[in-house]
Amino acid sequence: MQRNDLLRPTREIHLHSVVAVLAIARTFTLDGIAARPVRVEVDVHRGLPGFAIVGLPDAAVREARERVRAALVNCGFEFPLQRIVVNLAPASLRKAGPGLDLAIAAALLSASGQLEWEALPRVAMVGELALDGSTRAVHGALAIAEAAREDGAEAIALPAENGAEAALAEDIDVIPIDGLGRLRSLAAGEWEPRRPEALPLLLDAAAGAPDLADLRGQPHLRHALEVAAAGGHSVLMVGPPGAGKSLAASRVPSILPPLASAEALEVARVASACGRLGPSLPGGRPFRAPHHTISASGLVGGGSPPGPGEATLAHRGVLFLDELCEFRRDALEALRGPLEGGEVAIARAGARRVLPCRFMLVAAANPCPCGRGEADPDCTCAPVEVQRYQGRLSGALADRIDILTAVRQPSPAEIGGAPGEPSADVRARVIAARERQAQRLGPGRCNAEMTPAEARACSLNTAAAALLADLYARQRLSGRAHDRTLRLAQTIADLAGAESIGEEEMAQALQLRRRDRG
Amino acid sequence: MASVPRACPDCLRRSRLLAHLGPYVERVASGAPGSRSPELLRLCNEDLLAVAAPKVAGQLLARVEALDEAELGEELAAAGCWACCPHGALYPAALGDAADAPWALIGRGDHRLLAELEPAVGVTVVGARRATSYGREIARELGRDLARAGVIVVSGLAFGIDACAHRGALEVGTTVAVLGCGPDTAYPAAHRSLWRQVCEKGLILSELPPGAPPWRWTFPARNRIMAALTGMTVVVEAAARSGSLITADLAADLGRDLGAVPGPVTSRASAGPNNLLAGGACVVRDAQDVLDALLGAGARRLDRTGPALDLALLDALAAVEAGAVTADGVATALTLSGGEAAAALARLELLGYVTCSPLGVYTRTSMASLEQGDV
Repeated sequence: MQRNDLLRPTREIHLHSVVAVLAIARTFTLDGIAARPVRVEVDVHRGLPGFAIVGLPDAAVREARERVRAALVNCGFEFPLQRIVVNLAPASLRKAGPGLDLAIAAALLSASGQLEWEALPRVAMVGELALDGSTRAVHGALAIAEAAREDGAEAIALPAENGAEAALAEDIDVIPIDGLGRLRSLAAGEWEPRRPEALPLLLDAAAGAPDLADLRGQPHLRHALEVAAAGGHSVLMVGPPGAGKSLAASRVPSILPPLASAEALEVARVASACGRLGPSLPGGRPFRAPHHTISASGLVGGGSPPGPGEATLAHRGVLFLDELCEFRRDALEALRGPLEGGEVAIARAGARRVLPCRFMLVAAANPCPCGRGEADPDCTCAPVEVQRYQGRLSGALADRIDILTAVRQPSPAEIGGAPGEPSADVRARVIAARERQAQRLGPGRCNAEMTPAEARACSLNTAAAALLADLYARQRLSGRAHDRTLRLAQTIADLAGAESIGEEEMAQALQLRRRDRG
Repeated sequence: MASVPRACPDCLRRSRLLAHLGPYVERVASGAPGSRSPELLRLCNEDLLAVAAPKVAGQLLARVEALDEAELGEELAAAGCWACCPHGALYPAALGDAADAPWALIGRGDHRLLAELEPAVGVTVVGARRATSYGREIARELGRDLARAGVIVVSGLAFGIDACAHRGALEVGTTVAVLGCGPDTAYPAAHRSLWRQVCEKGLILSELPPGAPPWRWTFPARNRIMAALTGMTVVVEAAARSGSLITADLAADLGRDLGAVPGPVTSRASAGPNNLLAGGACVVRDAQDVLDALLGAGARRLDRTGPALDLALLDALAAVEAGAVTADGVATALTLSGGEAAAALARLELLGYVTCSPLGVYTRTSMASLEQGDV
């Protein structure tokens, strides 16, 4: 409260030669996917007419001068022919984007005495202005509304298009406005805008979304995907082009459990910050399939100012890397940490941002550059090429992949056959398996996240232990591969509803695991 | 420990000369790819120079003659190599069968192995660099089983079949690699770690001095050494016109046994061995066939029968034999669930009936199942 007292709306400063008026408005700038508070201080005083914006503005903020000038004049306000200085505090924070227009205009109106608005500093404002004074939608309204609440604002005024999105944030008044002209009546208290209806959080994909029933035949691929979904394991599919790898990958979100509402809010926050929220939220878990030419910063986030990458966009969903071997090595290397930690830290000059990226990795690759596979006599790839190509499969990222499944070209009989088991049935089993994991490991955690200590504490029967020990001795398994096999076996046991890992589950895990050596 | 073998200076000068002649012979031999270089190597120094490099013959000869014995010895020692020649000890007598035998043989690794390398206990395994997973699996098995039976496996360290034969043999014992470049050079470079393993556990041989780069003509030339060193040459997989068939021809010319691993008649990769079989080569299905041909039928028996299988595993094994190479294929062929097929394959792999590539492709090994034998 004390902080708000310091922010008196207008303050007249009387010096013997200068009469200056200072106004303060409160706004936010987007930084990664989080919003940071910005104070807009406007000082209008006599002098050579001018309009300066200081406080690390980017090009879009600097151009606000022209938009604000035109919008004010076109809405019947007067643009003061005085010396105007806009300071954006804190001065050390880089301000980006056009969302500051509205706050600059409001503070300018207040400072020039055209608007008597006592409550101005208690209302947060964001919005881009058109030249005719109407408002345009901004990115990240949800994050901004939440940040405004944290910052102690009583209300947030923003473009009507963003209203429904901002209304997802609770405990703050949302004032949708459609133009600069509305500020007059708002300041006078003559107009009581209705709080917009919040966007419904869609925990699940809409009906008609891709369904696993489209995958006909291919029982092992289905099994591998089910295990992957049940334990949150990353999976690699290897097979010739056209065998159904992409089709299978796009069906993975449909067999994952529906989002919890807290998770849905996280997904909405990311989508909002990237401007990907349309009239409704994207339903269910995100599915991202970046092209293999993507750069490292495109994949994990980066740039200046740092923005989220595909890994963050896939938060709580599926990141599908088709043609894994064609991806740039540095891009895949960059994905390694985020895959383990569930968040990506981007350090740039000035600041370090942490973005969430808890996704399930689904990857696909051809067996060799020509795609036919070396077993096919028509394969024309030179041995060196094949070796180099497959060498990329054994890089650091591949080390994080739990499941390998060889995908085979389905036979005409399979393609023309009956549809496979629908997603809903598979998902029911996945949900049951996840519940069992949550009971054992704690809420929200799955087998893929088990620490080595937890993995080794899995209960096995003697036959299963003997099977694992046999393989361990015979194939000189690494400790990591040993734990990976245990995690997989635990997931298969969870799917089967078994109390401990039996021989059958262990054998399946041994087959599904990705092999280390090439 | 026996003292390090030594070669006479004339023979060492010859190997130096060959290294100097690399690009010249390349030009002469390029007209008739491959097979001509062993014929050229039959010639004595002066004739060889006259054919390959008449313009610089005197110059090269003088350069080589100028090398003194100490200098040549130091060069070898610096590269960690040694040499032997027909005029000294340890030179494999079998090489003497060929008119174009190498003068000096430069080696790296355990030279005691050279003394053991009799044609009766050596087998050369060659094949395509572009091999299928079937060919690779067979080569590896041949290498392993032959080494286990005490046979020395000789090959050329190339991609594909050669490397698999070496790796298989190294799993249980030793192996000999004959190179088309200096013995201190790992070629292809991707096989550096394999080269190092062979150096440590086996033996590397070449007729070229340390530091000599490979030329196209040096590969047929090393093939003649491989063919002559052992009593039998086995071709695992080779296209219809492959360098491996040069080795086979050279072996046949020397009166060595020739074996070939049969493959599908539609497979391009098996065209070479299938043609050899049609021409009367010995059928090689597993290491036992090689032992029978080399030592006489029944002289040494290999036990390749695996542990007993239950019915479900027998079905899965039959599916792999019938051409299902992925878990998905097995599941579809037997209308099993994905999980059942996975478990069956994992068990078969652990028992040694099948192997799985890093890309999830299954290959049948030559391990026989009991029930099959009984039927």
